[in-house]
Amino acid sequence: MSAILLATEHWWDLRDLSNISREILDFLRDVGPDWLAYVVSPLIGFVAAFLIFVLPSQLFVGVYGERRLIGRMQSRLGPNRVGKFGLLQPIADAIKLMQKEAITPRGADKWVMWAAPVVFVAPAVLVWAVIPFGPNMVIADIPVGLVYYLAVAALPVLAAFVAGWSSNNKYSLFGAMRVVAMAISYEVALVLGLLGVVLFTSTLSLQGIVEWQRAHDIWLVFLQPLAFIIYFISASAELNRTPTDIAEAESEIVAGYLTEYSGMKWGLFYGMDIGYALAAAAFGSTVFLGGWSFFGLEKWVPPWLILVAKTHLFYFVFIWTRGTLPRLRIDQLMALAWKYMLPLAALNLLVVAAERLWWHEAELGDGIVYLFAAANIALALLLLVGWARVLGYRPERVPTRPRLVKQAGGYVPPGAELGGGR
Amino acid sequence: MSISLEHFLTVSTLLFALGLFVALSKRNAVAVLMGVELMLNASNLALVAFARLAESAMAIAGQVFVVFVITVAAAEVAVALALAVAVYRTRETIDVDKVTTLRA
Amino acid sequence: MIEGAGPVAAFWGLSVLTLAAAGGVIVSRNLFHAVLFLILVFLGIAGFFLLLSADFLAMAQIIIYVGAIAVLILFAIVLTPRASRDNGETRMAPAALVVAIGVAGLLIPAIADTDWRTLASAPALPLADLGRELLGTWVLPFQLASVLLTAALVGAVMLVRSPREEQEELEEEERR
Repeated sequence: MSAILLATEHWWDLRDLSNISREILDFLRDVGPDWLAYVVSPLIGFVAAFLIFVLPSQLFVGVYGERRLIGRMQSRLGPNRVGKFGLLQPIADAIKLMQKEAITPRGADKWVMWAAPVVFVAPAVLVWAVIPFGPNMVIADIPVGLVYYLAVAALPVLAAFVAGWSSNNKYSLFGAMRVVAMAISYEVALVLGLLGVVLFTSTLSLQGIVEWQRAHDIWLVFLQPLAFIIYFISASAELNRTPTDIAEAESEIVAGYLTEYSGMKWGLFYGMDIGYALAAAAFGSTVFLGGWSFFGLEKWVPPWLILVAKTHLFYFVFIWTRGTLPRLRIDQLMALAWKYMLPLAALNLLVVAAERLWWHEAELGDGIVYLFAAANIALALLLLVGWARVLGYRPERVPTRPRLVKQAGGYVPPGAELGGGR
Repeated sequence: MSISLEHFLTVSTLLFALGLFVALSKRNAVAVLMGVELMLNASNLALVAFARLAESAMAIAGQVFVVFVITVAAAEVAVALALAVAVYRTRETIDVDKVTTLRA
Repeated sequence: MIEGAGPVAAFWGLSVLTLAAAGGVIVSRNLFHAVLFLILVFLGIAGFFLLLSADFLAMAQIIIYVGAIAVLILFAIVLTPRASRDNGETRMAPAALVVAIGVAGLLIPAIADTDWRTLASAPALPLADLGRELLGTWVLPFQLASVLLTAALVGAVMLVRSPREEQEELEEEERR
């Protein structure tokens, strides 16, 4: 199933980067001892994945692109002073953070405060090991890749709580408890949503999921839109991004668990926030948007370019929601997780399990997936709107409270009405 | 040098003994719970070692057992910590030396 | 038999890490540090699971133990601020030491003396088999575990309700 017609297998064919690594490893096997090739192969993968794909995305799209786009969405210019069009902004930020003093408060736990950002780095780096960039381009195609992502996603929660606790500051502790409460609530919905995906693909390895989507010529986002929406909202909540960034809300609890962090320690938290968001975007594109495959285009266009494009598209939607939606309160967030997303995820699981059972028991062909996709999209729209109505939320056509002072019966001076009041 | 079943079982026993000491000797009730968790982890290690290295009719049963032990451990931790917090509410302490009678 | 320089080195490294971290739980004078050492033990055990080809269990261990149980323990420490956090020992500590050493001293020679029937080559333990066994042969314990988890969830919520909350709920019910 992975016999793709690549044009060549020459080392200079960049469409399959495994050609280059194969040449390097063969050379090392001829030249050096056996263990050298064994040790160097993950290093090559790490260098390729991190330096070529992740770091430029993180610096340019994450730091510069995000602030510029959010600025434009909020009718203001983003950073545009440093360098032409502000493109050197990430470098300026890095230099500034490195020369700042990293203050540690007196009663705080020094070693633990130092260790917390180090653990926070874990998901942003570790997830890239399992993401397939092409048919032969995975650093570690472990058979439990999906659960590996969930395990790695559990670590920054702990790091945030430990950071908040060790800061010896009550606002930090508030922020830490909010982060943990939110993260464990959304983790349940996340796992149930991803479980629905696994029911169809029968494999937990990410390369296997991409191959399944390529073999059936359909993306899992069309086949399970409800799971995709659950993943999007839950991942956004786990990443503490607006509208769910109650844990870092500057207007409420001074920066939450990050309050006592300054200098490069804060820079590590901030950078890995972006890195983790990119990793979640890459994981979402792999599982739901088809990864490196694009209905046959991957034979001509380098597959890793396709994956990077999809990751950036996903990340753009993250930026879009951040620039547009207001922040939710903590009780609204918990209600969303437990009363709305968890029943939806459970219903999704039920429906998907029934569909898969019918598919395999009745021995229907592979073309039935399109019928399932249409049915699932309709069901997703129905459930998303219907369940909100059942819980009592209705869109306001007529505002329940008067919006203008005049409507509420207040006094408006003659020259001050909207539109000049001539 | 190779690692056999005895090595894993020895590590598991040592971890179990350490957990037993923590569970029997610590003053804070939460620390006692940490000792219990150490003991459960030691038994999980032994089970998975048996599943992989020992001859048996159904090797996967070791891993199935570990799934159930992890589940029961999670449920037990939740209830035990809820109990500790409830006791703290009335007695202002969870010191096992002081919480010795039912009467406050 | 687990052979090869890499796995053997991994075994010894993980053993040292896990046992030292368990020792850290005992000797550290701050309860919070003891919990952090406990998290290190959990990660060490996850490493052992990976060494023993139980990759799904390693991930499940990290998700459940490190991601949920350790966090629960930390929450319990936060919610009991005036309890002693110095991780001290009770009067029974010497007796506990004797018991622990006795248990280890009994079991380790027994382990060394037993003639274990070990396999020569690694058995195939695919993840699909685990799923099939859980929902096939062991479906009754599986369902009972779900009932247990529900009971634990409800019980834990009921146990931590403060008396003031319960009073408010009762008054609301009487008003309705």
